[in-house]
Amino acid sequence: MGIRTLVAMLVVALAVIGVLATQASYRLFLPGLLQGALLTIEIAVIGSLLAIVMGVLAALARMYGPAPLRWLATVYVEIFRGTSALVQLFWLFFVLPQFGVTLNAFLVAVLALGLNVGAYGSEVVRGAIQSVARGQWEAGTALNMSRSQMLRRIILPQAFIAMIPPWGNLFIELLKATALVSLITLTDLAFKAQQMNQTTFKTIPIFTLVLLMYLAMSLVISIGMRLLERRASLGLARGRAA
Amino acid sequence: MIWDWSFTLQILPVLAHAAIISIEATLLGFVIAASLGLVLAVVRIAVPWTGWTISVLVELIRSTPLLIQIFFIYFVFPKFGLVIDAFTAGVVAIGVHYAAYCSEVYRAGFDNIHRGQWEAAIALNLSAWTTFRDIIIPQAIPPIVPALGNYLVALFKETPLLSAIAVLELMQTAKIIGSETFRYTEPMTLVGLFFLAMSLVSAALIRALERLLNRRTVR
Repeated sequence: MGIRTLVAMLVVALAVIGVLATQASYRLFLPGLLQGALLTIEIAVIGSLLAIVMGVLAALARMYGPAPLRWLATVYVEIFRGTSALVQLFWLFFVLPQFGVTLNAFLVAVLALGLNVGAYGSEVVRGAIQSVARGQWEAGTALNMSRSQMLRRIILPQAFIAMIPPWGNLFIELLKATALVSLITLTDLAFKAQQMNQTTFKTIPIFTLVLLMYLAMSLVISIGMRLLERRASLGLARGRAA
Repeated sequence: MIWDWSFTLQILPVLAHAAIISIEATLLGFVIAASLGLVLAVVRIAVPWTGWTISVLVELIRSTPLLIQIFFIYFVFPKFGLVIDAFTAGVVAIGVHYAAYCSEVYRAGFDNIHRGQWEAAIALNLSAWTTFRDIIIPQAIPPIVPALGNYLVALFKETPLLSAIAVLELMQTAKIIGSETFRYTEPMTLVGLFFLAMSLVSAALIRALERLLNRRTVR
């Protein structure tokens, strides 16, 4: 889907939220939902940062690390991709305290989502690094660069561009997964929606607004990633054209 | 004591029984996802003016959380007089959600069919339906089977969400055991291990399937 269509969808979504907000039955819910959305955004942003760090570390460990580190990274990736995000969230929330480690719900949410998406992200990083042509490594060898120099100066900058679209998808997955944190008592957007639904029974306006708000947030991510991609590949495209 | 083996053995049958519900939800959800996804992809090609509508619809479904969609179906549908039980609501929500993903997979499969195949079908004066049934679908589906398999695994891992509307699948059963006995370690860990085992086995199966299909196309 083109960036123009995405922007158009965002404008329509925001306009519909705006129009609905002028109606008495909807106006009531907007402040509470916006408050919930703020927590959703916080968790999504911090979780994404953790996911990037874990994804890059796990990918590098699996590709270039010594054997024990490689196994550790593989175990991490398989466990967090193999079990369900909700199970991970509940495990950290309910089981960890029994081992004497009690984290607050916010920390659990960020950890579970960041580690979960990071495991998927490590495969993205790995795929992107492998997609860089072999000749690039050979050129680095010819220039007598060390492996870390090649990675930093030649391989990663090129892999970075290939990583942008799949990471965009993962950020959207993470944003959607934040709805799960409502089940461990965090008052995010999904929690506020359930709470208001139980007290007012105004199901249709509440859930319509909530869906539109999640949609708007996803579209902002999509559009942002498209712009980043365009910017990052600017030099590359020019190079190819010349 | 951190891990109690006798308690583990005691709850194992209960969880095994709940696992059947999880698997049922997975299979039913996937049937909806795979067939509705195919319908969306075929309609998009067969009826050109629907293309834009379907891609906006797919984008809408993929951009909003499955949990909210489950709530939406479970709470909003009764307001229109359509009262459905939690299990059905959950399965429908999961099925429709993944239909959006599957339709993109099918679309990629159809895009890979050489244009000449369509032209040959037109030259032979085949109807759109015959072209799809006898020419396009038999060629498009096999290469995308592994991709569909990945979504089957992903869908399976979403079934714990049904616990949010109190469907007695694995997660909900584990939560109930936990709240009755104040022991969460064993039930939650068992649920995690169950999902891990299923995912690893299905990943291996998908890889084997992929090899099998590749061999066929190469020959």
